[in-house]
Amino acid sequence: MIELIDVRKSYQEKEVLKGISTVFETGKINLVIGASGHGKSVLMRSMVGLIDIDQGSISYDKRVLDYENYDQTREIRRDIGMLFQGSALFNSASVQDNVEFPLKMFTTMTKEERLDRVNFCLKHVNLENVNSKFPSEISGGMKKRVGIARAIALDIKYLFCDEPNSGLDPITSRVIDNLIKDITEEFNITTIINTHDMKTVFDIGDNIIFIYNGDKWWEGTKSGVKNSNNKELQAFLNASYIE
Amino acid sequence: MSIFFYFGRYLLFLRSMFTQPEKLSVYVERLFAEMVAIGIGSLPIVILISIFQGAVTTVQTAYQLVTPMIPKTTIGIIVSDSTILELAPTITSLVLAGKVGSHIASEIGTMRINEEIDALEVMGINSAAFLGLPKILAGIVMIPILVIISIFLSELGGILAGHLSGVLTADQYIQGARSSFQLFNLQFSLIKAFTFGFIITSVSCFHGYFTQGGALEVGESSTKAVVYSSIMILVSDYLLAQLFLKV
Repeated sequence: MIELIDVRKSYQEKEVLKGISTVFETGKINLVIGASGHGKSVLMRSMVGLIDIDQGSISYDKRVLDYENYDQTREIRRDIGMLFQGSALFNSASVQDNVEFPLKMFTTMTKEERLDRVNFCLKHVNLENVNSKFPSEISGGMKKRVGIARAIALDIKYLFCDEPNSGLDPITSRVIDNLIKDITEEFNITTIINTHDMKTVFDIGDNIIFIYNGDKWWEGTKSGVKNSNNKELQAFLNASYIE
Repeated sequence: MSIFFYFGRYLLFLRSMFTQPEKLSVYVERLFAEMVAIGIGSLPIVILISIFQGAVTTVQTAYQLVTPMIPKTTIGIIVSDSTILELAPTITSLVLAGKVGSHIASEIGTMRINEEIDALEVMGINSAAFLGLPKILAGIVMIPILVIISIFLSELGGILAGHLSGVLTADQYIQGARSSFQLFNLQFSLIKAFTFGFIITSVSCFHGYFTQGGALEVGESSTKAVVYSSIMILVSDYLLAQLFLKV
């Protein structure tokens, strides 16, 4: 479980996050939706400790993310897996090396054990026989899947996905969505996804948070999204052409 | 922003590297990879500039010493001392600031804009240490070695140029070089090389690490890395000379 209490962040005069409080439950897929520039990415980057918040607290199963305490932050981060918008694979390393990297850094596994785990993770994301390929040699959808495989290489408790479907065709987007859903259920992890894709919301979302102008404007389940009276949420929904 | 802001940020960046490594064996592996990249990768350019540096210095020194009152061995003395004290460490380092420095800054800068550094941080890895420390250690080990090679090849270039142009014989050159040789000069040259190696790698890592924006900014970081490394090399060259050489 991840708990946010009154999270605030400003850049110079502009308040980007205006006191967001919420709880992301374990085993659930939590979707953060909202238009570009309204603070979704800042919120996610704050949650993983890439941006220092000005006020409030973020805690992972009662462990508070403390920016001053780098060692504690590092401990929490080792339970986190993140799929970046651009995949953020190491371009100079092969697919196998990318997935193996966290294992090499944080485990005492032998090379054979690491290779078994890499193959297990790649198989989980429906990728096989791509171990020796480099990120520049695979498609955008495959990069996302390698990114997921790398994120789950260690036994993580929290999975963050920043725009996992951006730049992907609708079919590949559904494949990625289903993968995230399967992984969340199988490993019983807390998943948080930033997305604009309303299809994702209705397909896999358990808990939906709508961010508007840096504020938590609406929160509920996917069935509540369509029936909500929230004007801004409905405008966002209508712009997505979802019936 | 002021120079103090950047200097403070540079010092904090260096401090952030010196923490407990996540896994020493991975750092050692990276250190050797960087040593190969910096050392072996720079060898061809160092060989080329060193030979020509020695050759040109010999010919030009001979051109300036027109009077027959000065023995030919003096050319060997001047070229050898200039090479050991100044040309090999400084010119080689300035060239390496261009080659190694721009490579480091663009590599780390590209990782920054591709969110690869963010990915390292999210994994709980000290990205500054992981990316910077092996490069800095490799620089302070390999650049002095490249300078020693440069000294040797510059002397060789001087001997060859003297012989081919008929200015002086190899024996005269070597006699001159040996007569003025002082071990301290070589030690001082290595102190310079060590310092310049640290400057080139740390300044370049710093500029790459704090790249913001896109491909254009990576190019800017790369240029800044070369310019600031070169300036710092020249300033520290003067300061080291003042500090160590009793005039």
